[in-house]
Amino acid sequence: MTQPAPISAPEPAPAKKRSVPLWAQVLVWVGLIALLAVVAVGLRRSQQGTVQVDDKAPDFNLTTFSGYEYNGASQVKLADLKGKIVVVNFWASWCKPCEQEAADLQKAWLAYQPEGDVVLLGVDYVDTEPEARGYLEKFGITYPNGADLGTRISQAFRIKGVPETYFVDRNGVIQYIQVGPFQSVDEIQSVVDSIKAKK
Amino acid sequence: MNPPGNAPGWPGSRRLLISIMKKLLWVAPFILFFAALWARTALAQAPTPSDDDVNRIARQLFCPVCENTPLDVCPTQACAQWRALIREKLAAGWTDDQIKQYFVDQYGARVLSEPPRTGLNWLVYLVPPLLFVVGVVILVRTLRPSKGSKGGQGVEEIPAPVGGTPAQPAAGMEDYVTRLEEELKKRN
Repeated sequence: MTQPAPISAPEPAPAKKRSVPLWAQVLVWVGLIALLAVVAVGLRRSQQGTVQVDDKAPDFNLTTFSGYEYNGASQVKLADLKGKIVVVNFWASWCKPCEQEAADLQKAWLAYQPEGDVVLLGVDYVDTEPEARGYLEKFGITYPNGADLGTRISQAFRIKGVPETYFVDRNGVIQYIQVGPFQSVDEIQSVVDSIKAKK
Repeated sequence: MNPPGNAPGWPGSRRLLISIMKKLLWVAPFILFFAALWARTALAQAPTPSDDDVNRIARQLFCPVCENTPLDVCPTQACAQWRALIREKLAAGWTDDQIKQYFVDQYGARVLSEPPRTGLNWLVYLVPPLLFVVGVVILVRTLRPSKGSKGGQGVEEIPAPVGGTPAQPAAGMEDYVTRLEEELKKRN
């Protein structure tokens, strides 16, 4: 019996190293990090909450409804009201709790209007004009009111719902926030008077 | 026999008729003038938009207040008002795009069910398909068999065993068996 001739097997070919090109790896990582950054910014913004007391009130431009102008002007800019106490009330015609405070807000306006240093602004949140006008007429509201076009003002204040009311002092700083309806006109006046008393 | 117009009583009535006609000739232009002032163009009445027409647009919008609720199925009073607003705009001849733009101007771009393709919104359209493609590439590369696994270069020919049982390879075959085992380990 013969032994088979030893076969020297050829050296196995070195396995080709298959790796992702460096530029592709960098691109993927950069893309992932950018995406995470965008998500982080979005999450942070959504968790921010409404503006707080002692924050500077966000500047805004309110386009009033016809017949509800401020001193004849249909555009009211918060920055132009520096030196006055501004009460910004967010409401909607479909908001039942808003109806509870509507009359009280109008009474407060009538009480402060002659002095001229307290301005009440109504911001109509995601509403339709005919219904908004119906609401204003129903409660005999005469202070300046306008629609929150594009929800820019409510987004600036980061409101959670309606009604919400923000009291801004003469320096443009938020001094008091009311979430939900006021129970009486005295409540409104006590807040305004306390801000007036501050220097 | 009397000739026509000469019958008894006929001349009187004929004169009366002529007199009336002469008066009418004077009055007729005035009548026509005033009739022309009152005339208006007759228009075909525009059809009232149907619920399907309204919902066609409402389906592309979200309720501005309720989260993630399409306007066509939102049950609130406010949503009913917005649908009525859509109907009103359709009846006034507005196009779908004009109505959607109106809602965007009033309530912001978030009311659109499909985000506008501007700014960072492009990420919504690009990232998911991109991630899908990357995932497929990774999967294909992982599952693709390595080169040479089905024969060809690098496969050693195992000589027929001489003597001995398979469990007890012949002494001369040990290094071949060892190298075979190493090769199998590499491939696994």
